Amino acid sequence: MQFPGRRKKVIGSSQNDLYDHCLQFYGQPPLENISLTEFETFAVERLKLLKSVENIGVSYVKNSEQYVKKLDAEFSSLNFPLRTELGDRRVQGGTSEYEKRRKDHISHFILRLAYCQTEDLRRWFIQQEMDLFRYRFGELTSKHKTDFLHKNNLKYETVSAEEKKSLKDKLITSSYGLSGITVEEYDFYKVPFQDALDLVRTRKVYLLAGNAYIPHHEIVTIVLNDFRTRLSKALAMTARSLPAVQSDERLQPLLSHLSHAYVGQDYSIQKNMGKISLEQIDALSGKSFPLCMRHLHKALRENHHLRHGGRMQYGLFLKGIGLTLDQALQFWRSEFVKGKVDADKFDKAYAYSVRHMFGKEGKRTDYTPYSCMKVILSNPPSQGDYHGCPFRHSDPELLKQKLQNYKVSPSGINQLLPMLAEILELVKGMHYQLACQKYFELTHNVEDAGFSLNHPNQYFTESQKLLGGGLEIKKEVDMSQRSQENPANMTRPSQANSKQAHEEMGDLDSFFQDE
Amino acid sequence: MSTSDYDPACLPDLLPLYYRRLFPFSQYYRWLSYGGVSKNYFQNREFSFTLKDDIYVRYQSFTTQNELEKEMQKMVPYKIDIGAVYSHRPSQHNAVKSGTFQALEKELVFDIDMTDYDDVRRCCSAADICSKCWTLMTIAIRILDRALREDFGFHHLLWVYSGRRGVHCWVCDDAARKLSVAARSAVAEYLSLVKGGEETVRKVVLSDPIHPFINHSLSVVERYFQQYAIVDQDILGSKEIKFHNSLSVSYDLHFSCVSVKSNSKKGGQYFDKEIMLQYCYPRLDVNVSKGVNHLLKSPFSVHPKTGRISVPIDLKELDTFDPFEVPTISLICEELEKPRAEEAEEDDMKDKENEQEAGERRRIRDYKRTSLAKYVKVFDRFLEAMARSRKGEMLKKSGEIEKDSVFHIHLILAFTLQMD
Repeated sequence: MQFPGRRKKVIGSSQNDLYDHCLQFYGQPPLENISLTEFETFAVERLKLLKSVENIGVSYVKNSEQYVKKLDAEFSSLNFPLRTELGDRRVQGGTSEYEKRRKDHISHFILRLAYCQTEDLRRWFIQQEMDLFRYRFGELTSKHKTDFLHKNNLKYETVSAEEKKSLKDKLITSSYGLSGITVEEYDFYKVPFQDALDLVRTRKVYLLAGNAYIPHHEIVTIVLNDFRTRLSKALAMTARSLPAVQSDERLQPLLSHLSHAYVGQDYSIQKNMGKISLEQIDALSGKSFPLCMRHLHKALRENHHLRHGGRMQYGLFLKGIGLTLDQALQFWRSEFVKGKVDADKFDKAYAYSVRHMFGKEGKRTDYTPYSCMKVILSNPPSQGDYHGCPFRHSDPELLKQKLQNYKVSPSGINQLLPMLAEILELVKGMHYQLACQKYFELTHNVEDAGFSLNHPNQYFTESQKLLGGGLEIKKEVDMSQRSQENPANMTRPSQANSKQAHEEMGDLDSFFQDE
Repeated sequence: MSTSDYDPACLPDLLPLYYRRLFPFSQYYRWLSYGGVSKNYFQNREFSFTLKDDIYVRYQSFTTQNELEKEMQKMVPYKIDIGAVYSHRPSQHNAVKSGTFQALEKELVFDIDMTDYDDVRRCCSAADICSKCWTLMTIAIRILDRALREDFGFHHLLWVYSGRRGVHCWVCDDAARKLSVAARSAVAEYLSLVKGGEETVRKVVLSDPIHPFINHSLSVVERYFQQYAIVDQDILGSKEIKFHNSLSVSYDLHFSCVSVKSNSKKGGQYFDKEIMLQYCYPRLDVNVSKGVNHLLKSPFSVHPKTGRISVPIDLKELDTFDPFEVPTISLICEELEKPRAEEAEEDDMKDKENEQEAGERRRIRDYKRTSLAKYVKVFDRFLEAMARSRKGEMLKKSGEIEKDSVFHIHLILAFTLQMD
């Protein structure tokens, strides 16, 4: 263990250098011994932090004042480094800045071990670490930002004064908040467009001959891109060396527990297969489907057709509520045949895709039903599409009309109008899942939904529970059952350990009971 | 004249003839080999065929041009799609360890389909097109071509008529073929302005500042707007226009611009621009462009429903391009049967010596006698440009350019000395 202030020629000095900036790229893994307790504590605390990052990111607009305030609070309570200087004296009874940074460093690498195994885990981890990084980078002063760039060898080419002058008008109109003066004064960076995808995607920069012209204050997006690429590669490499780590019996149970803790329910295992009959679907769509699926079902019944995006979103949802492959085939075929598709064409063209959804074709991946995040963020609908999230993708006016037409509230207009107003407010604030929760409360005539919505199938399950629909739904996923059925899980040989460890670390679960 | 009474039932007879004597295999192979710079580039390319009776086969791949020809002549595909270049030969993908067979590269592609404009065109709907709505394709090509070249720095774009109701763009630069999924989706989103499905009325929303890309696109739209939207589509004459309730829209012929009066207090300082864009701006399917392994209809394949060949479009003649003048397979097969000139018979004698070369020479003479010729020329020019560019790259790498610059300076000196 190295102590601050002591400058040894060997690891000591480089470690001090390592922690002399409060933010880092996590390029170098930690090279020290730590106790198992510290290992566990660090990991759990970082996981709590990342979960907070996720939750706060859903409830508040990212990087708004409230968002920052909430994250600041989390940071303090969990003892992660804020933007103070390293030289700060140890706060009375608390942890020193140096120790916070060390924890930041080590905990990141531990979680890499836990989250490198599957595509989904990696994606989640990268997303939260990126949001975390963006928040921390945004809080740095301009000088600290430049320091960081230099320390990490991010040399981006600056645009010459002449070039800036010749492109002045274009530069002013391509980014928000720029004027002739700022363009002259500020540095602009010329970066190949492949390195600035987030800015290109949203058209926030000027593009010329394949280069993006980035104003100084937008550099964080570029840095984030770099961060994402590095982390992605690192996780792939970590996954390859994972077997060596997993053979250590002390670590393996903790790591597998950590990665399961975030996932919660993803509805990949159908516990209620075959308990729904096709005749029930129409009724269920009105009572227990979230608005997006109700909308899709209606469009399917009316047009006897759905495009690819709609088929995926709705088809996987139906799989999640318990339809078997045969039922699904029957369901889709009977509907499509009423339209322009004859039974033959259906079998040739569409049946394949239904079987694909159930993992019976191609890669044989058993696709999981889309979560709310996925529906909201990916593949926005265009002309002729009915998928997506109505709270996100519909015009507020049309949404309002539709909700009124659905005769949402069984108990009269008096309750309906104020609830609708609330829903529209939430939509305006971009809190789509909360708006959907309100819709749940409206249609089920309850004060409080009693759960935090993040998955359409969750909506269905909760609704059925409330309405007492004869489906047996277990509240907690049985951990060892999951290990058995999830093919991507590499901890099969040590299931016994996992169960035992699960008992020992029963406390861990209570950390994550935020629902 | 051009349709020459195409009848889908004749396809089984016409296709073998087309693949034996007209399909430009050597240019096709030249294209997909990209100068042989990358090893096995052609061999690892996936093709998919749709055969008679809608039988669909994927993961077709070929080792040589000859094999490609033989297989196509044998299988007689009704539709041909081109996919990605994989890590291994697609035809052997089952033999590869699971997880290691991956799509590595593919051209960046765009698909503009007229059905996506159904909410803003009154003359046709679904698979139909006419000269009035074809202007939408012209506008789309102009806007996208400019952006891909000037903003993104791409040089080698092949625009192709899909055969029925749209156009495709194949961006073939090295850099484009190596783009990741994220990059492709970013490019497609940069190029997207019209957003929203059935439920959205106001599909284009503009706010300050207006990005230079949008301004460039608007100037293209403005060039065509009066003729296309006001005259041909008569958008103001229709009660079906679904604008926001509080807007009243009219067209100012004097200033050639849309004039919008709004009753609502909401923003909307750009309503006029938004309307023009909603009616005319290209609508592309991001999902087609995103995937590295996405399969897209091949140039020079036949459209089974219309019989038209998917031909390259010459951008120099874009305003006069008429989809109804594109040759059908029945037309070109018919043109083939016409009596040959004497010179042709002489060449036949020479050909008997070397069969394969003969086949190729004959085929070249053959398509030249048909309406397909001018489109193959467009393709040839495209291939030439890529070859020149590859040569330029190689020269740069081998330092020849330095010698050229020295030579260049000598020239300048000589010239200035002369001037004195």
